[in-house]
Amino acid sequence: MGLQALFFYLFAFVAIASAFMVIWARNPVHSVLFLILTFFNAAGLFLLTGAEFLAMILLVVYVGAVAVLFLFVVMMLDIDFAKLRSTALEYAPVGALIGVILAAELVVVIGGSVISPEIGKTIANPIPDVATRTNTAALGDQLYTTYVYFFQIAGLVLLVAMIGAIVLTLRHRTNIKRQNIANQVARSPETAVEVVKVKSGQGL
Amino acid sequence: MEQFISTYVWPAAIMVGQSLLLLVGLLVFIAYILLADRKIWAAVQLRRGPNVVGPWGLFQSFADLLKFVFKEPVIPAGANKGVFLLAPLVAVTLALATWAVVPLADGWVIANINVGILYVFAISSLEVYGIIMGGWASNSKYPFLGALRSAAQMVSYEVSIGFVIVTVLLCVGSLNLTDIVMAQHDGLGTRLGLPPSLLDWHWLSLFPMFIVFFISALAETNRPPFDLPEAESELVAGFMVEYGSTPYMMFMLGEYAAIVLMCSLTTILFLGGWLPPVDVWFLNWVPGIIWFVIKASLVFFMFAMVKAFVPRYRYDQLMRLGWKVFLPISLAMVIIVAFVLKFMGWA
Repeated sequence: MGLQALFFYLFAFVAIASAFMVIWARNPVHSVLFLILTFFNAAGLFLLTGAEFLAMILLVVYVGAVAVLFLFVVMMLDIDFAKLRSTALEYAPVGALIGVILAAELVVVIGGSVISPEIGKTIANPIPDVATRTNTAALGDQLYTTYVYFFQIAGLVLLVAMIGAIVLTLRHRTNIKRQNIANQVARSPETAVEVVKVKSGQGL
Repeated sequence: MEQFISTYVWPAAIMVGQSLLLLVGLLVFIAYILLADRKIWAAVQLRRGPNVVGPWGLFQSFADLLKFVFKEPVIPAGANKGVFLLAPLVAVTLALATWAVVPLADGWVIANINVGILYVFAISSLEVYGIIMGGWASNSKYPFLGALRSAAQMVSYEVSIGFVIVTVLLCVGSLNLTDIVMAQHDGLGTRLGLPPSLLDWHWLSLFPMFIVFFISALAETNRPPFDLPEAESELVAGFMVEYGSTPYMMFMLGEYAAIVLMCSLTTILFLGGWLPPVDVWFLNWVPGIIWFVIKASLVFFMFAMVKAFVPRYRYDQLMRLGWKVFLPISLAMVIIVAFVLKFMGWA
C-alpha cells in the first residue's frame, strides 16, 4: 500500500506541476511538451487505479496522435504570445464559469461516492472485480452489448466530422501532373517502347 | 524491517538485476546488428565492409561507440538547449522502455502485463517525439523539414500497424504477448489435422497482414526505403543534421533499438516467438531464447536486404502506400478475419 501511495503522490505532483507549467511557460512549444508530460502522468494515475486499458489508450490516442498534431501546429504557426496575453483577461469570466461548472461536477461525483460508498454496486451493470476480469474484456463486453448503438453512433459522428474536415480542405487544382499508378503498372514493352530502324547518317 | 526487505527491497533488486541483464544483452545484440547491417549492405554492393577492428571487423561497433563518446558535443548557438539535449534522451529511453514487456522465451519477461501489446504500441507511438523535438530544437531548416516528414510518416503507418495487431488479437483473444505466442502452438495447421509445426504460426493464416506489418515496420522505424526524415540526397541527414558525438549516438541507438523491437514483434506476432519450427525432440530441446534470437535475426536480415536493394520512395508515394493501400487492406482483413472466426466457430 505504501508503494502505491508513493507513486500516487509522484504522478499527481508531476501532473499538477506540469499542468501549471503549461500555462506558465513562455514558449508555446514548451507548453505543449508539458501538456504531454501531464497526459503521461494521468496515464500513470489510471494504472494505479487498475484501469490499465484506459491508461494505454490515453497514451496511444492523446499522447501518440492528438498531441503530435498539437505540436505540429504550434511549431508551424507563428503566434505572438505577448499580444495574446494582453487580451487574455477579457476571457477570464468565461474561463472562470467553466472552472466553476467542472468543480461543481467533481464535488457531486466525489461527494456521492463519499456519502454512499456502495453506490458503485447498485448501478445496472456493476463494476466487476479487477482480480477476476481483465478490464479490456469488461469494457469490450459493455461497449459491444449494452451500449452497442451508442458506440456505433459515436463512431458515425466521428466519421461525419472526418468527412466534413476533408470536404473543407479539399480543392481541385487543374494543370498539375498527377501520377496514375494503375496506368504506370499497366504499361508493357509494346505500349512503352517503339523500335525504329535508323539509317546511318540520316537520323530520324 | 525483515518484512520490508522481503516485500520491497528483494523484489526491487531482482527486477533491477533482470533489467540490467536484458539491457546489456540487448545493447550487445544491437552492436552486432549494426555491424551485420553494414556487412550485408557491403556484401550486396561487392564491398568488404568494416574489416579492420578485431577479427573480421567484429569490434567495429565498440570502436564507434568510443569515438562518439570522446568527441566534443556541439550545441548550435540558435538551438533551444534544453529540448535539444532532451530529444536524444527521449528517443533512446522510449526505445529501451518497450523491452520491459517483450517475452524472450517462456516466462522470460520482466513485466508480464495484461495489456502487453497495447503497451508496446503506445510506447512506440511516442518515439516520434524524440525526432520532432530534435528537429524543432535544432532551429534550422533541414532538421525541421525532416521532423515534419517523420511525424506525418509515423502517424500514418501506426494506423495500419494498429489494424494488423487487431487481426492478430482477434485470432488470439488476449492482449498478453506470452498468450499471443502460446496461441500459435495450435493454430491453422493443427485445425487442419497436422502436428504442431511452423504452419500453425500466424504468418500463414494471416499472410497478407504479415507483409503489411513488415513494410509498415520499415516505415515506422524510418528504415530505407522509407528513410525520408533523413534522406541524405534531400535533407542531408534530416532531423540529425545538427547533432554530433554522444547525442547523435543516442539517436542512432534509439533507432536500432526500435528496429530490433520491430523484428522481435514480427517474431512474436507472426513467427511463433520461441516455439520450435517442428515438434521433434531435439528441436524442442533447444532453449526458446535461441529460437527467438534466430527468428528475430532472420527478420532483421530481411530488413537489411530491403535497405540494400530497394530505392527510396518519394514522399507522396509513401503517403499513398500508407493511406490508400495498406489502410483499406488491413481494414478489410479485420472484417474478414472476424467473420471467418465467427462462422467457423474458432473464436
